[in-house]
Amino acid sequence: MATLLLDRITVALRSYELELSLEVGSTLALVGPSGAGKTTVLRAVAGLVRPRAGRIAVDDDVWFDGPRGVDVPAERRRIGLVFQEYALFPHMTVRQNIEYARKHGADDYLERFRIAHLERARPAQLSGGEKQRVALARALAREPQVLLLDEPLSALDAHTKTAVRAELHDLLSTLDIPVLLVTHDFEDAAALADTVGVIVDGKLRQTGTPSGLVAQPADSFVASFTGANLLHGDAEPGPESTRVRLDDGSVVATADPAHGRVVLAVYPWDVTVASEPPHDSALNVIHAPVRSIAELGNRVRIAIGPVTAEITAESLRRLALVAGRPAFATFKATGTRVVAEHEDR
Amino acid sequence: MRRSLLAFAYVAAALLALAFLLLPILAIFAHSSPARLVQQLSNPVVTDALEVSLKTSVLAQLLIVLLGTPAAYLLASRRFPGHALAVTLVELPLVLPPAVAGIGLLAAFGHFGLLGSSLHAVGITLPFTQSAVTIAVAYVASPLYIRQAIAAFEATDAQLAAASRTLGAGPARTFFRVVLPLARGGLIAGLALSFARGIGEFGATIMFAGSLQGVTQTFSLAIYAEFARNFDATLAMSGVLVLFSIVLLVALRIGLTWQRSSSTGSPSLFGLTSSS
Repeated sequence: MATLLLDRITVALRSYELELSLEVGSTLALVGPSGAGKTTVLRAVAGLVRPRAGRIAVDDDVWFDGPRGVDVPAERRRIGLVFQEYALFPHMTVRQNIEYARKHGADDYLERFRIAHLERARPAQLSGGEKQRVALARALAREPQVLLLDEPLSALDAHTKTAVRAELHDLLSTLDIPVLLVTHDFEDAAALADTVGVIVDGKLRQTGTPSGLVAQPADSFVASFTGANLLHGDAEPGPESTRVRLDDGSVVATADPAHGRVVLAVYPWDVTVASEPPHDSALNVIHAPVRSIAELGNRVRIAIGPVTAEITAESLRRLALVAGRPAFATFKATGTRVVAEHEDR
Repeated sequence: MRRSLLAFAYVAAALLALAFLLLPILAIFAHSSPARLVQQLSNPVVTDALEVSLKTSVLAQLLIVLLGTPAAYLLASRRFPGHALAVTLVELPLVLPPAVAGIGLLAAFGHFGLLGSSLHAVGITLPFTQSAVTIAVAYVASPLYIRQAIAAFEATDAQLAAASRTLGAGPARTFFRVVLPLARGGLIAGLALSFARGIGEFGATIMFAGSLQGVTQTFSLAIYAEFARNFDATLAMSGVLVLFSIVLLVALRIGLTWQRSSSTGSPSLFGLTSSS
């Protein structure tokens, strides 16, 4: 498989400078809050934005080289870019959209993406999922060396999103070209990509496998972005574990050594919920009113005091929890991680 | 009670305004019998004027579209120092009194004008020729097309042009296959406006081209020249122009509807945005 290489790419953005190096082998997802410069990275690779410096290459094909003055025009870079809102040509049919990318052999793509029955439809008549299939078919019809996806799931409603995500995952696993996708949703990134890079303020904060980022978040931002609860407090080494006095006065234990001001990351799936005081090995028990209960499909997120726990809908029914009534949230000392505080902009 | 009085006042005012706007148009057709008007259409003054108007208008609009479209696209998609000034200058002929435009054209292209002697040297004389009519019409009508075209290009979605580039289409193919079809409605609307203004052109034409029957006498000029001599002929010509105006109005409506349904977003040149 080819490798897409971004070497110290610099692009001036409105309030800061985007600056990063990336090596994309199979599928890499850039995640970050909106305005972090994710889309700009894709536009730079596509040749729609000219970086101030750096180098972009796919194996031996150099598309951009600042010092050498190489800047291959967008239409001569073999990339497939799927835009966030798909950017299908509204005045062309589905077939014409695909034929725009390749004169012959559009039929293969119409069939492969199950849009043959829509070939005469105009984009305005398509559903979100169908539009995405057309956009993917059109991007791949060019036989690109690299596939770029800009927020591939954000234009879809929650109902279709899950199905499309699985579909997209299957498609990406069959491709033998580097795929670079950007999203603001860590879950989407984790579901679609082997490698995830967290980008903040135009800089790459941490890169790793989705489970690697969760296991060892580089700082509180990455931890919170990957879904962790952040607990702020003062740490004091104890005889067996570190004691952390949280800002709300409660004390929790962590297995990580720490001293002074710290941030603890606790993932929702490491938190168990009970309506009665628990008797188990978990050292940390938070007894507080249930702040909110949010159902996400078959999973439920329950906020109890400073932490959010994730349990199944079935457990929720068994526990008979009600918002406003007290409950117990417990987590093990080994289920906490001390992370470096991220300075917010 | 008071409420119904107010409602009545609204309806009365609306009817009065509508009647005021329609009355002169209806009067053109009501003044003489239709048969006499149709008969006037074979009057040589009328046929000559029709020929001059058609020839010069079509030529002028062709010039406007060929030069105005790229100019409008550039102004819509590129930001450069002096951009606002350029857009304002394009609109200047729109607010200029037509007689002033005529004098300006004479001062520029006349025998003793700025370019007059150079043009004369290469054997070109413009004033009081049919070419002068075309130039006067193009000068006065072009801002209407260019303004509308800028708006149309600005309304086309920049992402679509960018998508076209990423699909392997160069700037030319992107323009003709994506940008132009999407801006089509607005361009047609602009052309309708420009055509209407050109057909009605009077002041600049009479100053720069005169009113010679069969050479520079357009419909509008002929209506003025004939109205003391042959009122039926002026009515016939006016009737033709009313029908023509209705056609343009319909074209304008259709154009604007198309434009609205096919575009959103902000402009960029061939999908490229500068990063600095």
